Amino acid sequence: MLKVLDSAVPIACWSCSIGHNDFTLFCPHCSKIQPPPGCDYFSVFGMEPRLSLDLPALEAEFHRLSRKLHPDRFARALENEKQWSLADTALLNDAYRTLKDPLRRTEYLLKLEGAEIGEEHSGKNRVDPSRVPADLLEEVFELNMQLEEMRAARKMGEEDLELQASLTQAKQKFQGLLEIVDKDLRAEWTAWDDGGQAARPAAQNKMVALLDRRRYLSNLLRDVNETLGD
Amino acid sequence: MAEGRVVGIDLGTTNSLVAYMENDTPVVIPGADGSNLVPSVVALDPIPAPIPAGDGRPTVTVGNSARKALIQTPERVIYSVKRLMGRSLEEVQSELKLFPFHLAADPKAGPPDPNEVPRIQLGELRFTAPEISAYILRQLKRNAERFFSAPVTQAVITVPAYFNDAQRQATKDAGRMAGLEVLRLVNEPTAAALAYGLDRGKEGTIAVYDLGGGTFDISILKLREGIFEVQSTNGDTHLGGDDIDNLLMAIALNEIHAEHGVDLRLHPGAVQAVRKAAIEAKILLSTEMMARFDIELPNGDRYQREIPREVFELLIEPVLARTAGPCKQALADAGIIPEQIDEVVLVGGSTRIPAVRLLVDELFHLRPRGKKPHIELNPDEVVALGAAVQADILSGASKSTEEMLLLDVTPLSLGIEALGGTVARIIQRNSTVPASATEHFTTGVDGQTNVAIHVVQGERELAADCRSLARFDLKGIPPMSAGLPRIEVKFLIDADGILHVTAREQRSGLAAQIEVKPTYGLTDQQVESMILDSFDNAEADFAKRLLIEARNEAETILAAVERAPRSPAWAQLTSDEQTAITLASDYLKKAEQSENPAAIREATLILDHATRRFAELMMDAAVSSALRGKTMDSAGEELDEAVTAPHAMAPAEFK
Repeated sequence: MLKVLDSAVPIACWSCSIGHNDFTLFCPHCSKIQPPPGCDYFSVFGMEPRLSLDLPALEAEFHRLSRKLHPDRFARALENEKQWSLADTALLNDAYRTLKDPLRRTEYLLKLEGAEIGEEHSGKNRVDPSRVPADLLEEVFELNMQLEEMRAARKMGEEDLELQASLTQAKQKFQGLLEIVDKDLRAEWTAWDDGGQAARPAAQNKMVALLDRRRYLSNLLRDVNETLGD
Repeated sequence: MAEGRVVGIDLGTTNSLVAYMENDTPVVIPGADGSNLVPSVVALDPIPAPIPAGDGRPTVTVGNSARKALIQTPERVIYSVKRLMGRSLEEVQSELKLFPFHLAADPKAGPPDPNEVPRIQLGELRFTAPEISAYILRQLKRNAERFFSAPVTQAVITVPAYFNDAQRQATKDAGRMAGLEVLRLVNEPTAAALAYGLDRGKEGTIAVYDLGGGTFDISILKLREGIFEVQSTNGDTHLGGDDIDNLLMAIALNEIHAEHGVDLRLHPGAVQAVRKAAIEAKILLSTEMMARFDIELPNGDRYQREIPREVFELLIEPVLARTAGPCKQALADAGIIPEQIDEVVLVGGSTRIPAVRLLVDELFHLRPRGKKPHIELNPDEVVALGAAVQADILSGASKSTEEMLLLDVTPLSLGIEALGGTVARIIQRNSTVPASATEHFTTGVDGQTNVAIHVVQGERELAADCRSLARFDLKGIPPMSAGLPRIEVKFLIDADGILHVTAREQRSGLAAQIEVKPTYGLTDQQVESMILDSFDNAEADFAKRLLIEARNEAETILAAVERAPRSPAWAQLTSDEQTAITLASDYLKKAEQSENPAAIREATLILDHATRRFAELMMDAAVSSALRGKTMDSAGEELDEAVTAPHAMAPAEFK
């Protein structure tokens, strides 16, 4: 986790020795590249943490910074500048990859605010029965039974059209639920962005719950898709 | 320029090229024989060859001249070594069933260490794949130095986009052995896009479909204001034109066996001759509706067969179909549909096949949209031209490329083996590089002072199904209660697609000692010991070396011409041709006395040109004598009989 450091403490530029703000990728005085600043992904783009982002503007800034930071620009530079270009560009790329994707961005911001978020590692993201959202318990139970039946039928080389139709129907239903979660998430973005400090804790809690629900639903959908074979 | 030129190199399975930026245009640098393509073939010189003073390293021949040895002394020649780069013993063993080469077995050492870099037996010596590639790179370096009359020490080298970490590292090692500082590894399809994108104003989304001798890549890029941003890439590092050659060869060899009772598989030289015929048929079928095999057999019979294009297309359909899956996956990963692809660029010699073009048309819905794939640049040269563009970008010295920037991605996900052998993915495939990820580890037992980490690359769920990149120990963790240490490990994939790892124990602030041992690959010391000609680059020696090389080349060709009248092929030349050769050889003998390497080279080139038809006649004679089994005394070189296709190696295209 990157953490916001106290920006009031100036550090000296390695090249011109003039003190500068900790967040900067380039010395404001001599324009030389600086070691990776200990800042969050939003600060890399000079932005306040926000959930609704102007994506074309984000891309334009990503391209502008890439042109200045990329290791291709430092192929014949000093060894330390090469190293910093590599580290700074990795930071820039990691930041862009996280912020351009709405879900990664939301998770990142929530972590930045200290929330506990479920792990996204693919090795661990099989459906965990202990985390079934309460309102879906019955349907999920039913669905899992059908998935088992379907897999068994597949193994025997049988084609159960009725089961297939029922699974397809369930798939559509869960897809619909997923869309509702996404809509709810966007509403919480606005609440967090525009609601002021007072509104934020409530919005954060809701988003953590929505992300959990979303992760659960999308894993379930993946299992259905795998079983249906499409 | 103080630091010399940076050249762009396409180190191909079948052919290799070196190019540079001449003002605003990338240009391929021809070799001493005037040809742009250097066949990726390395032949160990016969033992009595004079060993040059110095380190006593074996001498080799690279390129066109090495191809001739392929038929005469196949046990001393290696081609398509790119297929072996960065591969483990286990991987190579399965591949070698289809190879005419053999793994070196050390009788003293007992069973081979699976983590050792495999070595290939060539004549009486053994070589790793990077060493062989280094010989090819050194040849290209010399071609460039001859061309510039100045030392060349820095290069950009291209690799298939779908190459993994070990294959990339092996390529970089080869560069170092050849005396080249590899400023960047560039993915081949991306390089091709750079070559096409040079005329700015090109904007939009393009797909590069690259089917070469041994590898297939598909990349999808977004072009905007000089920035080439790769969206996704996919491919197969073992799919290419040589798979097609194999199918044709298998047919010929099986039919010859069945109809004429001759098993050519027992004669490596004869197999090479059939391969030559298969490659010629394949090439012909791109323009003609029919090709023919007409091969004279050892028992005097002729094997004759017609191959209509329809039959050929049916035959290769399964090979071509294997490119469809990666294309669809790349589109899905980029989050687009075929209609959103504005342009398609075709790269690699195999894209000359009409059936390939048809498939690409279907995959990207081109015809209904009134579009055609781009084939304006020579598909054999476009990657090298793009490498030259990237070399120019890196030297930062030119107006024409200052607005250009390449943002490439890592082709494979990076993960760590988690409990139960599953993979915890830490960097997803298609992430823009450089990319990094930070992970935290702790201990499971009180007082534990080291933690083992296994890093893998690939998309499968189980670590055992992915490519193992490195196993390492975080050592020197201060003894604490289990779960208390907090070790931060930073994984960074650099702009070449190569992984770097650093670690730190956070509670004590101690930097944990880590030793990142690549699962397969050469150590730094090993690479160091394999560096060719360490004195190659000394400025003082350079001019002298150019002159010596020019004279050696002249001597070689003059000696061949001296022997020419004794060859039966000589009589087949017209008297005009014979006179031209005599004149050119007299001219070279005079030029050789001068101290001017450029003049010697030019005279050599003239003589080479004059003898071209003679060389072809000699080549044909060598092929047919190999087919009659006359030059073959290598019964020990039998191929694995269980294999139907003799070997899946890329063509060393004969002319």
